Amino acid sequence: MRTRFTVNGKARSFSGSGMKRLLDVLREDLELPGTKEGCGEGECGACTVLLDGQAVVSCLIPIAQVAGRRVATVESLGRPDRLGTLQEAFLAEGAAQCGICTPGMLMTAAAYLRRGGRADDGAIRRELAGNLCRCTGYQHIVSAVQKAARRGSAGRPRKRA
Amino acid sequence: MRGDAEAAGVLRPRTPAEAVRLFQKHKDALPIAGGTDLMVAWNAGGLAGRTFLDVSSLRAWSGIRQAKHALILGSLATHTELQRHPLVLRRFPLLAQACATVGGVQIQNRGTIGGNVANASPAGDTFPPLAVYAATVALVSAGGPRQVPLLEFFTGPKRTCLAPGELVESVRIPLPARPPQRAIFRKVGTRAAQAISKTVAAGLLWLKRDGTVEELRFALGSMAPTVRRLRSAEAFVQGRRLTPAVVREAVALVSDDVAPIDDVRSTAEYRLAVSRNLLLRFLSEPR
Repeated sequence: MRTRFTVNGKARSFSGSGMKRLLDVLREDLELPGTKEGCGEGECGACTVLLDGQAVVSCLIPIAQVAGRRVATVESLGRPDRLGTLQEAFLAEGAAQCGICTPGMLMTAAAYLRRGGRADDGAIRRELAGNLCRCTGYQHIVSAVQKAARRGSAGRPRKRA
Repeated sequence: MRGDAEAAGVLRPRTPAEAVRLFQKHKDALPIAGGTDLMVAWNAGGLAGRTFLDVSSLRAWSGIRQAKHALILGSLATHTELQRHPLVLRRFPLLAQACATVGGVQIQNRGTIGGNVANASPAGDTFPPLAVYAATVALVSAGGPRQVPLLEFFTGPKRTCLAPGELVESVRIPLPARPPQRAIFRKVGTRAAQAISKTVAAGLLWLKRDGTVEELRFALGSMAPTVRRLRSAEAFVQGRRLTPAVVREAVALVSDDVAPIDDVRSTAEYRLAVSRNLLLRFLSEPR
């Protein structure tokens, strides 16, 4: 079974079982290891990516259902030498500790900001409620998303100067 | 480990007619829509060797539309769509509120109303609202369509009246003649998100001009093998004024219609006490 879709703006395809998880296709077949596996049962949000712009957990999506759709992973937010505003805000606020939850936090926050989400504490907490973090106590993460929201970057990488 | 992906087959019908035909032929196939529950079982290895019928591309079953006397929720309507849809928000706000409490945003973006009812969890948070709104489930198979009231659709925990080869096409909610004076949705869980309910309640109350009860509908989830309407309490208050004595008697009748259990999430005693308090507060609330 051949499945075609786009990842981070590029046309990609996968040949194999339609029941392989999107998470595994990204990490094993497309060499995009930024997306992490946490619980593997849709509870923790670590594997969050965007599917047609919506935050979804990639551990619960068979690749067959991705046919013809757009996937965005944490790799789309920036590069090590040119971080996106959301990533910079996470660094500035100390919003990551062990780092396993971070790609998922970033992608859920990116979807929120792209939808026009504001620097509202309660709204951010509701939006991030499906992403668990064992280290930070969440406050730094919420502060980072607020900071990015105030900058109005919508989570996209900064344009080249 | 999870099921062997290489060995698994996925059928991907493009139209409802094709879906019904394929399901008739492959009766052991497992329908998958948003996959938010089924994929958990798949990842745990419980569904190895199964064939899957992926209904997620059936455009005809997506979306929410208004018919003459009902709102029709396509079985593929997601919890996110339901909590934002203007007609759901205006006419069936308890359903919108329930959808906002299911999982987190990632689950709400994928989980569908059809999958939710077909999955038949005793703790399904959308079921008490659907029960008080008197929803029906529209089914389709090679034998033709049929409609089943939600309360008859569920036959036990994770069990439904779905026949082999039958799929959920939509959930239909009749438009009420007039809006209720009071409405409540309350989910009681360990935390606000990603929690499975200890008890979950939905209520609607219509009062007459003279202050007597025209109609009470009150449903509880996680309190029995399936969602339950509180028929005894509902019947008792009908035609009466909600005096403290009447409310007290109605609250005592809650146990007639439920059968809570002790499990990892809560105890029967706590569940019953909280559920009684939810009804008490709803009926005592001044307008």
